[in-house]
Amino acid sequence: MNSSLGHKASKQTPQTEQSDRPPGFTSNTVSNNADAIAQTIEVREIHDFHGGIHPPENKRQSTTAPIRDLPLPDQLILPLSQHIGVPAQAIVEVGEQVLKGQLIAEAFGPVSAAVHAPTSGVVTDINEYLIPHSSGMSAPCIVIKPDGEERWISHSGCKDFHDELPQTLLKHIRDAGIAGMGGAGFPSAIKLHPQQKIDTLIINAAECEPYITADDMLMREHAEEIITGIQILAHILGEPESVLIGIEDNKSEAWDALSAQLHNSNIELIEIPTKYPSGGEKQLIEILTGTQVPSGKLPAELGIVCLNVGTAFAIKQAVCEGIPLISRITTVTGKACAQAGNYRVLIGTPVSHVLSATGVDEAQCSRLVMGGPMMGFTLPDTAVPLIKTTNCILAPDQSELPTNDFAQACIRCGLCAEACPASLLPQQLYWYGRSQNHERLEAHNLFDCIECGACSYVCPSNIPLVQYYRASKGEIRQHEKDKIIADRARQRFETHQQRIEKEAQEKIARREARRAAALAKQNASTEKVSGSTSNSSSENTSESSPENSSNNSTTDSGQSDLVKAAMARLQNTQTSPEQQRQKLERALSAAQSKLQRYEKQLANPDSTDDPRTADQNNTLLAKIEGARLQHQDINARLDALPAQQGPSEDDV
Amino acid sequence: MALTQVTSPHTSEGASTSWVMQQLLLATLPGMAALTWYFGWGTLINITLACITAISCEAAILKLRKRPVMFYLRDCSALVTAVLLGLALPPLAPWWLVITGTAFAMIMAKHLYGGLGYNPFNPAMVGYVVLLISFPVAMTMWPAPRPLLPEGVDVPSLWSSLQIVFPILAAEPIDAFTMATPLDVFKQNTGQLVEQFYKSEALFVQGDLAGIGWETVNLAFLAGGIYLLARRIFTWHAPVAMLSTLALMTWFCFDGGSSASKGPLSLHLLSGATMLGAFFIVTDPVTSAVSNRGRLIYGSLIGLLVFVIRAWGNYPDALAFAVLLMNFAAPFIDYYTVPRTYGHDRARSALQKKD
Repeated sequence: MNSSLGHKASKQTPQTEQSDRPPGFTSNTVSNNADAIAQTIEVREIHDFHGGIHPPENKRQSTTAPIRDLPLPDQLILPLSQHIGVPAQAIVEVGEQVLKGQLIAEAFGPVSAAVHAPTSGVVTDINEYLIPHSSGMSAPCIVIKPDGEERWISHSGCKDFHDELPQTLLKHIRDAGIAGMGGAGFPSAIKLHPQQKIDTLIINAAECEPYITADDMLMREHAEEIITGIQILAHILGEPESVLIGIEDNKSEAWDALSAQLHNSNIELIEIPTKYPSGGEKQLIEILTGTQVPSGKLPAELGIVCLNVGTAFAIKQAVCEGIPLISRITTVTGKACAQAGNYRVLIGTPVSHVLSATGVDEAQCSRLVMGGPMMGFTLPDTAVPLIKTTNCILAPDQSELPTNDFAQACIRCGLCAEACPASLLPQQLYWYGRSQNHERLEAHNLFDCIECGACSYVCPSNIPLVQYYRASKGEIRQHEKDKIIADRARQRFETHQQRIEKEAQEKIARREARRAAALAKQNASTEKVSGSTSNSSSENTSESSPENSSNNSTTDSGQSDLVKAAMARLQNTQTSPEQQRQKLERALSAAQSKLQRYEKQLANPDSTDDPRTADQNNTLLAKIEGARLQHQDINARLDALPAQQGPSEDDV
Repeated sequence: MALTQVTSPHTSEGASTSWVMQQLLLATLPGMAALTWYFGWGTLINITLACITAISCEAAILKLRKRPVMFYLRDCSALVTAVLLGLALPPLAPWWLVITGTAFAMIMAKHLYGGLGYNPFNPAMVGYVVLLISFPVAMTMWPAPRPLLPEGVDVPSLWSSLQIVFPILAAEPIDAFTMATPLDVFKQNTGQLVEQFYKSEALFVQGDLAGIGWETVNLAFLAGGIYLLARRIFTWHAPVAMLSTLALMTWFCFDGGSSASKGPLSLHLLSGATMLGAFFIVTDPVTSAVSNRGRLIYGSLIGLLVFVIRAWGNYPDALAFAVLLMNFAAPFIDYYTVPRTYGHDRARSALQKKD
């Protein structure tokens, strides 16, 4: 790859008068003529890109007639999002009268594009309508019913753009709602305001998709405006060193028209070999400069800005005449279309209106494609409107674009890899896509796929490869979204766990403290109950408590406080031997009375009762025995009490 | 109006897998004709038997797997396997040998793995190796080429060929003249200089490149291969890598023609299954490496293995073994030969994780 083809380029310099080039010249005659004209012709080396295909061009059908106008449709449906970025915000209300060119939805945030009324009329609805999108979805749209008067809002452009600051010109472009007209629809004002210094401005006039001739016809009929538009772009970008127009060598008339307008400019018109997808931004940059845009980066990082030729025209209109983007050139073609050609259509015109106005036999056409046969998408319904990025409506009959056969097995023949302009391995992507092996898909650079369809085009097994890649990309994006959500949930869970753990530890600490306190209390009560006369037990207590507190004081001072409090409570209960004596005496008398009652029962059984069984006698005897033991125990403790008084008073 | 909803692209080149397979079959014709001329009807009988077996096996398995039979049969891949195996087997081989090999190739090597596109090993080569290991005697009985038959003896007629293949048709067993293949003959040479050997051995006296008959057959397969290259059925990478590695190895190991020589360049390039392998087996896209760089490595390793086994192994020819061994390695080669994608500084490995 990158073999330089090194021919077919001409640079117009002030000395050169453009000769009358006969129409239908070939690339050879270009260089011959060029050689013949003067020494002022420079040859720019152009490069090849990997892969590419040569599908039948089918462009002649739509280039026989000049650009025509369509009658006004009954209604215009204007989606708020016809560009990449944030949808515009409607600033009109239902029932409001609008003028042609009036702002009806303003750009919301920097990456957005305004929408204008394509004609005068009444806003009849602001609601969700089917929009042209490959997924057949609906989105908010403003519906205008034209009044047929075409009353313009007052508008004016700059007299001489050279006198204006780039910022002013950018504002004009932003206010005109211009978004890339080659198909992507990126707001142009953003693209023209890069952070980097731009040394190369590339105008994409390749139009490599079969059937589409919108740019071709625009160049033939509006070459002067386009060149002015390019000069405005160059002015905004600070006059880059090279300004290049890349045009495929199948557009000789457009070449002629443009080169007749080059005059004294430094714009280079470069003819490139016809090969799909030479009009892809990355491919065109490689062809013209020999450098590749690094993966995941913008061309601006190489000092390159690339814009479509239609965008340059729209920018000229916006800047010089103050006309916002309210119409565009669209190719209507295909065997089911009786009047194939290029039409100037108002943005928002329903496809059904275009079809009836251009004589499309709806019974014949099996599908409707918006865009070209390689990258266009089928329309779910003819009610959808044309938008800023619609460069073609293709109405083929069944023989023209037959429905695909069933897919056969992939035999890894590798024709797809030969055709891939991104040097991918489409067959491997297909296999990994089928097995949903996301890791391998990313290792095989799935996201560098530009979905040009060259692989599917050459596939002998009829496998809808691009569909697999789109699905896989969607899956991976979804997977990444899910992963972010899952990560967040995990983080939340971990924090929660940490908090619970911390609480549990605090609880344990508190329990430890209580246990220590209880232990101390138990020690104290053992000492009391056992009546161990000794000082030793109380000494133990008094010894152990400082020990405990000293042990714990290092770790938890609060705990030692608790222990002290517990000790104090314990001492309070200990302090009254008088009370204890009274308590014991009460228990002694209770035990004595219980003993007497049992003995009485044993001696004089109630006459009314049934004669007692032996079991009952035994139970009674046991109770008597228990009461006697209790009595003895209490007596013993009562005896022991006076001996306890001494030390406990000392303690106090 | 009911509008079809399909994804882009909406057009295609119109080539089909069965067209690819038919081109492949077409390209085998010169080789098939040469084999038939030198060795008689045997090759054609082999191919017919193999085709019938392959189609019946494929149809039966598709039926078992509840797949649309005609849809899959139409891709002609079964015929390709059958024809390649039929060409590789010795002419006049007994009928059961052909049927066993083909059935094994179709059922075990192809359909048990999932059918066309899913088989890791080249089915024809699996069939060949199974037969070579199981029935070594039958597999090495090559008939003598037409010019080397004794005075007054012609290659067997169609009827006697059929009687040889199906002994039941013959009242008494019919013998065919068999003889060793050039590679085999050369391997058995122990005492003679290459030059002397080429002058004394009948095979080489009349065919001084790589043995009478064999060199023509190989040149015919080469012609078929060049046709396929011209039609862009496959890229040049694998066959050229294989042939040049084989040539390089031969040149490197050729000692000027001593009795211990591993054989001259012409013998290795134009004898045995070299050209059939290079253009019809090594290029099988299903079982080879996928990228061009991978195919260069894949092809040259096959060339290397072919020479190593021919020179130092037990078998006179080695293509089937070399191909099967490299079929094992193909996925591994793929991991490390992913091409550099547009906009990337360098190629990355397929195993590389996301940064």
